[in-house]
Amino acid sequence: MGIFFRNVLDGLLILLAVFFFTTVILLVSGAPPFAAYYHIFKGSLGSWIKLAQVIQVWIPLTLCSAGLLYTFRIGLWNIGVEGQIMLGAVFTTAVLRVDAAKGMPMLFIGLAFIAGIAGGAIWALAAGYLKTKGGVHEIFTGLGLNFVGQGIILWLIFGPWKRPGIASMSGTELFPQQLWLPLLPALRLPPVGLALALAALVLTAVLLRYTHLGLNLKAIGNNRDAAYLFGLKPDRDMIIAMIFAGGFAGLAGSLQVAGVYHRLVPAISSNYGYLALLIVMLSNYNVWITPAVAFFFACLNVGNIQLPMMLELDSSLSGVIQGSLVLAALAVYSWRSRRKAPGGTVAA
Amino acid sequence: MAKPQKGARRDSCGMSELELTLVFAGVVAGAAPIVLAVLGETITEKAGVINLSLDGTILLSAMVAFAVAFETNNLLMGFVFAAVVGAVVAAIVAFFSIYLNQSQVAVGFVLTLMTRDLAYFLGNSYSHLQGPQVVPFPVPLLKDIPVFGPVFFSQNLPVYFSLAMIAWCWWYMYRTPLGLQLRCVGEHPRASYARGIDPRKLQMVYSICGGLLVGLAGATFSLSVKPGWGRPQGAEGTGWIALVLVIFGGWNPIKAATGAYLFSFLQVMGIYCQEWLPTVPAQVFQVAPFPLMIFTLLVMSLAQKESVLNWAENKDRMKSILAVLSGSVPTALGKPYRPD
Repeated sequence: MGIFFRNVLDGLLILLAVFFFTTVILLVSGAPPFAAYYHIFKGSLGSWIKLAQVIQVWIPLTLCSAGLLYTFRIGLWNIGVEGQIMLGAVFTTAVLRVDAAKGMPMLFIGLAFIAGIAGGAIWALAAGYLKTKGGVHEIFTGLGLNFVGQGIILWLIFGPWKRPGIASMSGTELFPQQLWLPLLPALRLPPVGLALALAALVLTAVLLRYTHLGLNLKAIGNNRDAAYLFGLKPDRDMIIAMIFAGGFAGLAGSLQVAGVYHRLVPAISSNYGYLALLIVMLSNYNVWITPAVAFFFACLNVGNIQLPMMLELDSSLSGVIQGSLVLAALAVYSWRSRRKAPGGTVAA
Repeated sequence: MAKPQKGARRDSCGMSELELTLVFAGVVAGAAPIVLAVLGETITEKAGVINLSLDGTILLSAMVAFAVAFETNNLLMGFVFAAVVGAVVAAIVAFFSIYLNQSQVAVGFVLTLMTRDLAYFLGNSYSHLQGPQVVPFPVPLLKDIPVFGPVFFSQNLPVYFSLAMIAWCWWYMYRTPLGLQLRCVGEHPRASYARGIDPRKLQMVYSICGGLLVGLAGATFSLSVKPGWGRPQGAEGTGWIALVLVIFGGWNPIKAATGAYLFSFLQVMGIYCQEWLPTVPAQVFQVAPFPLMIFTLLVMSLAQKESVLNWAENKDRMKSILAVLSGSVPTALGKPYRPD
């Protein structure tokens, strides 16, 4: 009970700090702070349609965050989630573009999902192999591959997959309607996506908590050299963690293509990969807090769209709030561990 | 009909000597902010701290530089404020890692995203405005030297500053007692502590110094290389490139700056490639340096493997190539000193 109470207190402290900081930023930019908060709130939870949009953002965020839990656990900085989403989207689009797809929509949507998972996993594998065999830090491969993924998408949209007649930033041609993921009527929400995100969460929780794999990842993440002495295979497990992260991110890309845009667009990843990194950090690598934080971030992202329309502000305010949240959380976490240790020193 | 046209086109594309000097002058000018960022990060990392927030910091300081210069109509103020912004962000990264025991990579990454969004948010009202920008300042006499004159001495003050800083950073690091301290803190903080130097204080100081340079890099973007502010500004991604160039340069200011010039050259060549291959979208060329960067890192990492070193043992040329590629990571990089 004491721990619970202290966590709530920490949470309130973080929120208060961020609220203060954001208000100052809004005042500096000459905007009415409370109107801005109101529009973000109303734009995200103001109606059922808005809530459905929030959930639509929550799905890819949750999938990517779940994947990141594996790589964080083993101590890898998988900054390449963005690219993994993009490649998932590219592979999915490739399958859905096949002529025969119209005839057997269900089969091809299924195949497209598998292709998406494979696409994301391949991109993650590239980073994983360069890390384990090539000795290149995963931050730089991941980042480089993000840019390469963006290049591939643009090349496809303007080159081989361009719309007949016009090639533009609006993306490839829309798929025929039978290849769109079925939606819940009224809400425009694909139940398949929701189910997949929840399944990914449960699978991750089980794998990390109750299996050898989860234990190995944790052991290697905590002390790689010791894990090696215990006969574990850090390189192999790093590759496995990368495959999970890339596969989930690729699946998120598939859902973006088949369920949201129904075509390949340049901004298919919408920064969700980077956001997922923040989400997992803010939830302190906890499987069950992650979806809640993801929901909050999704609200910010959807509500934010109101700012340019209503107040003529740039919609990047959500990024400022999200970043300062993580920063404040890091500060509070370290302050708490400092209080625990006597003499103000912190054990490394 | 088609054939003579093709021939004529090749003629106009073939570069004369004048064009070549123009290209290289462009390379030197375009590299100026990257050089500053790379030098700043080299100083920071040499002292043992990674400032991963470069990409966002450059954008935020670019925005602040433009906004301040626009409001005060004073370019110098723009540069000063940008430098302060860079220093503040760097100080946050260093403080979180040195005094709060948080991962430098994590804090730097959060700040990259946050400062970028902060720049877009606060800079919204300055988008696409015509503002002051740095004017060329040819150096008398020196500018008349053939080839060298137009390339190096018909530039503006930030470019001269970047050139001077390369030499100064190298001299400071390798030829002064203070530079020895700086390197010692990054290599062996415990030893410097035993010698009566507070590693934490020094790491803080050099992070801030590095941040000042990164801030100036941002100002050089928005006031000289890509004048103005907007979303996107055009400087996006260079912070990451700078981080890689520090590794590419083996934590040596001169080698790292050379990398910055190579990168700038690639960018300029990208513009020409666009002319020659108009069907390929421009963004693809902007992406091109990144696979190259991964490849370089891979080669560098392999060059340090024992098996490769053994193989090159009796091959003089290979050995010298490997020596250029290798560079020693500051031993304490990313692991701040904890007093016990």
